[in-house]
Amino acid sequence: MTEFAEIWSYLSQGPLLWLTATLAAYALGDACFRAAGRNPLANPVLISVVVLAALLWLTGTTYATYFAGAQFVHFLLGPATVALALPLYDSLPQLRRALLPVLAALIVGSLTAALSALAIAHAFGVSPEVLAALAAKSATAPVAIGIAERMGGSPTLTAMLVILTGVTGAVVATPVLNALRLKDWRARGFAVGVTSHGIGTARAFQVHPTAGAFAGLGMALNAIATALIAPFALSLFQ
Amino acid sequence: MLHALTALLLCQLVGEAATRSLSLPLPGPVLGLVLMLALLVSFPRFAALMRPVAQGILAHLSLLFVPAGVGVVGHLATLGGQTMALMLAVVGSTVLSIAAGAVTFAAVARLTGARDD
Repeated sequence: MTEFAEIWSYLSQGPLLWLTATLAAYALGDACFRAAGRNPLANPVLISVVVLAALLWLTGTTYATYFAGAQFVHFLLGPATVALALPLYDSLPQLRRALLPVLAALIVGSLTAALSALAIAHAFGVSPEVLAALAAKSATAPVAIGIAERMGGSPTLTAMLVILTGVTGAVVATPVLNALRLKDWRARGFAVGVTSHGIGTARAFQVHPTAGAFAGLGMALNAIATALIAPFALSLFQ
Repeated sequence: MLHALTALLLCQLVGEAATRSLSLPLPGPVLGLVLMLALLVSFPRFAALMRPVAQGILAHLSLLFVPAGVGVVGHLATLGGQTMALMLAVVGSTVLSIAAGAVTFAAVARLTGARDD
């Protein structure tokens, strides 16, 4: 037992333990997602966050200790944002052919996402710091976190709202779009990508390849649009 | 691999430096994205170099949310009574924005004759 305690106190000092745990928990979450037939409710991020939070609680580990290891994964959010340029570059020919619908849907979708979320939260008396974390929630996580930090919002709360928005969009998109009787796969995919970023895009690819390509385009374009629209939308509620 | 990774970090670094020094409203990595896109458009052969590394990072994009997501658990207690309001805001705005975006796209495509092909 003393041996275990010694090994534990050695390992819990360095970043290796929690970096490994983060990757292992995600691998587990991804395995559950595949086993559940890629059901959007079995989101691998939600599963791995719950597993890791339970581990931290059981071992009495602080978030600061955990983050000393997990920061190496967190750091990759920046390079991942830059890497989104490649799928955007790949869909440039499709973008050229549908430039006007894309721009109109981007502006309307991005404004609706930020303004309606802020209006509902504001009506229920949500505090200003929390509103700052809510405004950018339709952008992909690395971008939303960057924007929220600039507006004084908490990065962790932003991450949670981004994930919730992604899962919600993946679940509601098909019923909502069917109810509207929209058959244009470009319109359906693009709106899902603008609203629900990577999680919505992954869902759109499962439904139809054209929807997936336009969802990826919507996600990348909204990463840029949200950086401009979210601070403006937030200023209306302060 | 080495060159692609260096190019990614270099774009981010230039983006960070430019947004800080010019106090632009964009996060540094978003400006890095725009810069990378400009490079890809200017030098199409550059895409072949970037593709393996970019696809490698983007294939597990959702893994990168996990460390920040774990921090949420500590936050839940401080949210208290605001949790329900935030849930309503997220679900309501997601339904509205998917509907508004898709209807706008389809309407403008019909008006401008931008056919699906």
